[in-house]
Amino acid sequence: MSSQAQEFNQPQSKTELFTVFTFLALQGFGGVLAVVQHELVDRRKWMTKAQFVEEWSVAQVMPGPNVVNLCLMIGGKYFGIAGALAAVSGLICGPLVLVLGLAILFGGVADNAVAQGALKGMGAVAAGLVIATGLKLASTLPKNPMGLWTAISFAVLSFACVGIFRWPLPWVLLGFGSLAWFLTYRALKHLQTKLDSDSQTDREAS
Amino acid sequence: MSLTLSPQDWFELFMHFAVLSLMGIGGAITTAPEMHRFLVTEKHWLTDPSFSSSIALAQSAPGPNVLFVALMGWQVGINAGGGLGAGAHAWWLGLFGVLLTMLGIMLPSSILTYKATKWAHLNRDLTSVQAFKSGMAPIVIGLLVSTGWLLSAAHGDFAQDWKIWLVTAVATGLVLRTSIHMMWLIAAGGILGAAGLL
Repeated sequence: MSSQAQEFNQPQSKTELFTVFTFLALQGFGGVLAVVQHELVDRRKWMTKAQFVEEWSVAQVMPGPNVVNLCLMIGGKYFGIAGALAAVSGLICGPLVLVLGLAILFGGVADNAVAQGALKGMGAVAAGLVIATGLKLASTLPKNPMGLWTAISFAVLSFACVGIFRWPLPWVLLGFGSLAWFLTYRALKHLQTKLDSDSQTDREAS
Repeated sequence: MSLTLSPQDWFELFMHFAVLSLMGIGGAITTAPEMHRFLVTEKHWLTDPSFSSSIALAQSAPGPNVLFVALMGWQVGINAGGGLGAGAHAWWLGLFGVLLTMLGIMLPSSILTYKATKWAHLNRDLTSVQAFKSGMAPIVIGLLVSTGWLLSAAHGDFAQDWKIWLVTAVATGLVLRTSIHMMWLIAAGGILGAAGLL
């Protein structure tokens, strides 16, 4: 961790992908994303926070179930299509069996006050886990090409529009997304021309 | 509830979810209203309570939230087979429903995502690709926090629900400040709730 060049681990086999994703899916009460981040970034160190946010950006923008998208992208990165299948089936199979079992038993548990209370408590914790994951990933913002303050403004605005004003998510993604894409593009181009002209002056000086 | 589904009906079920798969930007749950319109209002394959309980159950169980779709397919199949008590036939139809709805909701979007990721990887040196990934980052971080916020805001009455908010806040703090395993936090929340303290 302290060394400059960070060492990354990676899954050794498709079986490992399958078991890792099964393991984390079964811990994901109220959504799996917080657990995916915690397992793959904090514990197993398969990627950095910044890389995780990049993958998540793509997974979120693509249509369909976004945690499925994320897992298939991660699996695909290591072992192509077979890896994507291994990761996604790990994510789905165990919980599917569990949830069908619950559905069969459901009649008996539905009205039970203790079970209802437990679900309420777990839901409250799950909300905290998701918020914490978002805040943790926010530590990547200072390195954003748009600059820290613009990046923070985008984060706060999208939070407010979806969380407080309840705007439909696709519009927020589309509207803020294209603006942020444009601003970042401009910032990166600017940086490139600056680097080019710097090396030009260096050459002229020597 | 009992009904009969023709092969064409099964095909329609699959196709409906396959189309929604490509429309659900921001997650499959954003298309739930459209599923409701199709399954409950138009086709009468599911009752209102069983539709809502599919979502509630999948949210409370571990695993990706998209499993609510599997539960809908399961219940449609069970209904088509004459109910849970009707024996093996109904159970097989239930599993068939799971297969069709899950393939429908996952396959089109997965193929698209896989292809797009591959393209983005091949073109990762393009400024536009880098700008897209870095530019989206703050937005998806904001959205993540709002997801957690919306989960707690379901309990809107602060005077009555302050304990739930407190649990959420404590859980947030513990994840940020300590390396305690998330499973323990979930379990602790479950125990507090089961004891009737929330």
